[in-house]
Amino acid sequence: MESNVSTEGPFTVIALAGEVDLYYSPKAREQILSYLNKQKNVLVDLSKVAYIDSSGVASLVEGYQLARSKKLQFGLVGVSQPALQVLQLARLDKVFPIHGSVAELIDNK
Amino acid sequence: MDERAPSEAVIEIENLVAHYGDRQILNGVSLTVEKGEIMVIMGGSGSGKSTLLRHLLGLKKPTSGSIRLLGKDITKISKKEIYQLRRDMGVAFQGGALFGSMTVGENVQLPLREHTKLDEKTMQIMARMKLEVMNLAGFEDLMPSELSGGMVKRAALARAVIMDPKLLFFDEPSAGLDPVVSAELDELILRLRNAMNMTIVVVTHELESAFKIADRITMLDLGNILITDTVENVRNSDIERVQNMLNRRPREVDVDTEAYLRRLTGQKH
Repeated sequence: MESNVSTEGPFTVIALAGEVDLYYSPKAREQILSYLNKQKNVLVDLSKVAYIDSSGVASLVEGYQLARSKKLQFGLVGVSQPALQVLQLARLDKVFPIHGSVAELIDNK
Repeated sequence: MDERAPSEAVIEIENLVAHYGDRQILNGVSLTVEKGEIMVIMGGSGSGKSTLLRHLLGLKKPTSGSIRLLGKDITKISKKEIYQLRRDMGVAFQGGALFGSMTVGENVQLPLREHTKLDEKTMQIMARMKLEVMNLAGFEDLMPSELSGGMVKRAALARAVIMDPKLLFFDEPSAGLDPVVSAELDELILRLRNAMNMTIVVVTHELESAFKIADRITMLDLGNILITDTVENVRNSDIERVQNMLNRRPREVDVDTEAYLRRLTGQKH
């Protein structure tokens, strides 16, 4: 499964899709970290994610931590219901900045 | 009414017969567990519930019958295929079975090291996340011997679900725990199922826990299934042995005088 990367305003939006599992998440992780290392503000779009496992969530956690250390913005957008449930299990829905959509975020700026 | 999606069996046991030596332990057990279902296997000592679990885990070959897990007949597939299947299965053993020489964190990460090539940091975060879910945040550097009984069980559960298995087996979650800790574990089992849609098989003899978590209960007695049904139907069952078990009445043993005397005097026939 390929992630779709686009630029929206000040953000690099990485849209993950399908099943973010043990096979897919190392790629997703690398992608997220590489944009942050290029000093980009990153939003991860989860609206097309049917399933995300702990390795996927762990990659998001690592991304958020890196963004904070670099004082970059990081957030999740369009969190699908299955993804939200997994985040809630580890109470991470209260940790990540979660936004409805990219447009919403840019409009509110 | 059953509101789950159309049936998608994760476990299909057909006519399972098992022996230890000459002694027949399971007399043709059939049982189906649906995706996302919590099935509680109950039964007293010697009922065959532990034997059934050992067969489900592929640790024992049955005398006859078949066991399909996630669509694969584990009595027929190769060791390699069983190994692959184990990626999708988690097991929390009764005593925890944590390695005493490793920290809690290392124990929890063990399946990831065995089955994946994930980045070190990803593995650490995954393990810490599971410990958070199990209310064991900050205990990762302790040794298992430094944990209480309830903490050991929760650490074992964290390890069992580290790979986000489709199928989780939990042997005697409440054994040896006080009621509060045991209730917390029940809550965790329900949360795991609800968040991950995990199929969970719990072996227990604790009625209270079984009634709280089960979608269905199957009761084993002397190697036979007495009943497999919803909590409500099990409670209201008019099968005498079921009610005996629910009311903790000891079973009446039929005394065969001839056989009994032969046993006591050591005569073979």
